[in-house]
Parts: sequence; structure tokens; C-alpha cells
Amino acid sequence: MMELIVAIAIGILTSSGVWLLLRPRTFQVIIGLSLLSYAVNLFIFSMGRLRIGAAPVLKSAEAVDPALYADPLPQALVLTAIVINFAMTALFLVVLLASRGLTGTDHVDGREDA
Amino acid sequence: MMAWTDQLIIVPILLPLVTGAVMLLLNERRRALKGAIGIAAALALLAVALMLLRMADMSPAEAGASSLRVYRLGDWSAPFGIVLVLDRLSALMLVLTSVLGLATLLYSLARWHRAGPRFHTIFQLQLMGLNGAFLTGDIFNLFVFFEVLLAASYGLVLHGAGLLRVRAGLAYIVINLTASLLFLIGACLAYGVTGTLNMADLARLIPALSAEDSTLLAAAAAILGTAFLMKAGVWPLNFWLPTTYAAASAPAAAMFAVMSKLGIYVVLRLWTLLFGADAGALAGFGANWMLFAGMLTIVFGTVGVLASQSMPRLAGCSVLVSSGTLIAALGTGSDAIIGPALFYLVSSTLAIAAFFLLVELVERMRDPGADVLAVTMEAYGDDDIGEEEVGVAIPATIALLGGSFIACALLLAGLPPLSGFVAKFALMAAMLKSDAAIRVSTWVLIGLLTVSGLATLIAMTRSGISSFWARIDDSVPRVRIVEMAPVLALLLLCLGLTIGGGPVLRYMEATRQSLKSPQAYVTGVLPVANYGTVHEEKSP
Repeated sequence: MMELIVAIAIGILTSSGVWLLLRPRTFQVIIGLSLLSYAVNLFIFSMGRLRIGAAPVLKSAEAVDPALYADPLPQALVLTAIVINFAMTALFLVVLLASRGLTGTDHVDGREDA
Repeated sequence: MMAWTDQLIIVPILLPLVTGAVMLLLNERRRALKGAIGIAAALALLAVALMLLRMADMSPAEAGASSLRVYRLGDWSAPFGIVLVLDRLSALMLVLTSVLGLATLLYSLARWHRAGPRFHTIFQLQLMGLNGAFLTGDIFNLFVFFEVLLAASYGLVLHGAGLLRVRAGLAYIVINLTASLLFLIGACLAYGVTGTLNMADLARLIPALSAEDSTLLAAAAAILGTAFLMKAGVWPLNFWLPTTYAAASAPAAAMFAVMSKLGIYVVLRLWTLLFGADAGALAGFGANWMLFAGMLTIVFGTVGVLASQSMPRLAGCSVLVSSGTLIAALGTGSDAIIGPALFYLVSSTLAIAAFFLLVELVERMRDPGADVLAVTMEAYGDDDIGEEEVGVAIPATIALLGGSFIACALLLAGLPPLSGFVAKFALMAAMLKSDAAIRVSTWVLIGLLTVSGLATLIAMTRSGISSFWARIDDSVPRVRIVEMAPVLALLLLCLGLTIGGGPVLRYMEATRQSLKSPQAYVTGVLPVANYGTVHEEKSP
């Protein structure tokens, strides 16, 4: 059940993101990219297998059963991906505003369709 | 205990990082100092890269069991920690990057480094990202270095500002952000299947995958490949490339010539490592896709070269032809082709970078009034342009420009006597040398290579005639020595590649042999003694 919900969420985010990415306005594109990156982050997270109530960090130094713990690596990867995506979105926002200022339009081609 | 030479492996990453950070602290007005630091760092980088090349090329007797050098970050052994891996291929790419870095930085000192803020820092970070991507032995770390170099390249595309650059930069950033997301999906899917991100560990685990797992891994590899081929500019993922490269400033575009080759490098590295002959059911995965996508790229690039009205665009389309040739050559799947393909990679990258730099100088004489740079410098509010001209104008400008242009044309079209011919000839010879009957697709590829050379020659001749022989006014552009010297140096390197073709091809052949034995890479990276052979099955 949990897997199904996560899969559907990723699917909805991805499809909305792709649709927005193909829209002609720069604002739609940036929202589309954000949605896509949320989908990807969820996907990375789910690649460590979905577990409930399992800690990702070993608490004792003795030999423990790794099956009782959640995989910590995808969580670290997600953190990296979130930071990088956030920075790139901010940078893209600046370029978007520069384009708006220089061309006077928010069309991705820098000019309105005839 | 490591020898000090082993510490050199991380220098190509740390040196540009530190240099770039130091230059952030300096006031933007101290350009001479920044330029001097940048050049010093680039020279040091070249020296280090050459030393690494020598280390990588040591014979097995000198270097111990294998020529592979592994640098463990934080001393965690693979696959638990991230490792940097130096072998012949990565050393070769490091040298190529640092040569281009030095040449383009020198060129930018004439005027471009004054066209916008933080040029030197961005440039050094670009070098850091490229070097890191060539050295790393971990897929997620590769993603991080991709992002470093992409972030820097966004800055470089926009360097100099102006409507054209912002418009091209917008598309470039969206495309690359999307490619990065694909990269993440592919890398994490591979992790989900195998439980590792280390390239050597992946190569070790792939042959033992179950049927359904190997289907998932094939999907991961296809998604990753799409991201890399986007970077390399393979059709149909390359419509952004000529526009962006033509809009970027000349030094930035010249650096992008090697950035496109990064996509090729990663495909070559991962493909030979993961899907070599030992990979079981997945051996040679995607070879036909690469072959046909590469051929279509050659066609697209050739049409683009013929249709280009301006020289920067022509140069951008030459990047496509070069990428297409390499991908198609790899896609033929023949063993012998990797050596010549690497030779072609080096030769065409040098030639295209020289051409990008040259184009800006030639364009200057076409329309001296409408200098893009003059406009952008005004917008940036620079008040000391006149007094800070670096270097002196050189005599016989037209002759030098024309001569260099001819050399570029010969290199790009692949005509004798320069290295472009050696590269293409070696490629075709390797294709025809195989023992089995030659496939139809190989003949088509050889035909395409020939036709693309002819088309390049026609397009270059046409634009050469219109720029040098049929000029409307007789103004001679002001070209300074620091601008001409990098172009000549790059072209002389190509000449050097021709004369020293034997040793260079021997090095490429040695590179091919090490690429063809992924087992050596795996055992070199993974410490077999304290690491089991079977992964724990992941809990459901």
C-alpha cells in the first residue's frame, strides 16, 4: 500500500513536471523543474526501500543485524540532490529575471509567437 | 604509507578550487593580479597533469601490478568511501583539459576577462569540475562534479551578458537541469538494483545479476546514457548546442569543446567497464543505439555545417560532427577502434577550441564597429578600458589569421598533412581491419565520415573566401599577441600530434588495452582481501 502511494505520488509529480516543462512561459518551466526534482528526490529516497520505524543510524558498536535498519545512503544522496537542485533553481530564477528584463517577455524563446 | 606522488592525484581538483576561492577575496579591479594568479594556477595544473600522465603510463614493471592509481578520500576503502582513480584514460583527459584551460585563459586576458564579474573564479571552478569528473570512481560523486562544472558553465555562458547569451543560456540551463535529473534517476536506480555506487563494484556485481534485476539495470544504464549523450550533443538531444556555443564568448566556447567530450569520456569509461565482454547478458548493451544515434548526429552536424551562415555556428556544428563520429565509432563495438577514437578525440577537441578562439578574431575584421564586447563593457560600467590593453598589435595579422584558418579547415575536414587526417585515417583503418565480414552499417559510417569531411571543407572554404578574400572594407583588425599565441599553440600541438603520431597512438593503444580489461580496474580499486565477494541480499 505504502509503495503504491509513493509510486503514484512520484508519477503525478513527474507528469505534472514534464507538462509544465513543455509550456511556453518561463515561470511554468521553473515550477515544472521544481516538481520534477521533487519527484526525483522521492524516487531516490524510495530506492533505499521503504521502511517504517527503522533507524538509519547504528546505535551500538556491537555487531547488529543490518536488516533492522533503514538504508542511510539514499537519505544522504537525497540531501545532496536537494541542496544542488535548490541552488540551481535559484540560479535559473536569476537568469529568468534577466531574460524578462532584456526581452520584455516571459516567453521561453524571448519573443511572443506571431 | 603513500608516496608524495600519490597525493598528486587530488591536486587537479584542489588546485583550481583553492585558486578560485582565493580570487573571490580579491577586489574585482585587481585584474592584473588575478590574471597572473590564474595563469600560474593553469601552468601548475598542466605540470601536474603531465606528471600524472607519466605516472599512469609507467610500464607494469615500474608501477607494480597495475598502472592504476587509486586515491582513497578519507582513507575509506572502496566501495565504502569515494575513490579517485587515475588510469591512462583519465590522465589523458586531464592533460587535454589543462592544455585547453591554459590556452583559453591566456586568450581571455586580452579582453574577455574584463567583460563581467568573477570570470577567473568561475573559470577555475569549471576546471575543477572537469578534472573531478575525469578522476572520480563513483557515480554519485560524478554527479556532484557534473553539477560543479555545469554551475560554472552557466556562469561562463552568460559571461559578457547581452540578449543573445541570456536567451541561449536560458535554454542551456533548462536542458542541463533536466539532464541532471535523468542522471540522478539513473544513478539511484543502479543503486537500488546493486546496492553500490562505486563503478568498480558495479562492474563486479553486474555479471551476477538475476534476470529481472538486469532488466532494471539496463533501464538505469539507458537513462544514464541519455543524460551523458545530452551532454555530448548527440542527436536528437542536441538542438541547444550550436546556438549556445555560438552565443558564448570565445574562451567559454573553447572550454565547452572539452565539456562536450566529457559526455563521450563518461560513456566510454562506464560502457567499457560495465558492459564489457564479461558482463554476461548485458555485454555490449546499447551498442547499436550508439552507432545509429552517432550516425544521425554526423548527418545533423554535417547539414548544420553546410547551412551555417556565421562562423561561430559553423564551429558549434563541428562539435556535433566530432561527437557523432566518436559515438558512432564506439558503437561499432570493434576493439581496435578505441585507440584511433581517442586520437580523434584529442585532435578534434584541440582543433575546435582553436577554431572557436580564431573565429572571434576573424569576426572582428568583418564588422569592427559592432563589437559585442564594447557594448557589454559599457553596460558593465567599465571605465579603464583604454589604458589597460594587454600586449601589442601584431604585424601580418591577416596572413596569420588566414594561415590559422586554413589549418583549422584542414584539421576539421580531416585532410593531410595535419592530425585530423591521421585520426580519420586511423578510424577508418580500424573499422576495415576487423576479421569478420564488414557490416553494412560500417560502410555507411565510413561514407558519412568522408561526406562530413567534404561538407566541412566546403563550408570552411566558403566562409574563408567571404572573410578573407571578399571583404567589403579593408580594415585590419587589432589582434594582440596574447590572443594569437593560444590559437597558434593549439594548432602547433595538432602538428605535434601528426609528427609524434607513433608514440601518441602507442599511448592510445595502451589505453585501449587497459579499458578492455575491466577486471584489472575492478581488482585495482577494490581491496579484495578485506571485502567479501557476495553482497547481502537487501531486505525487502
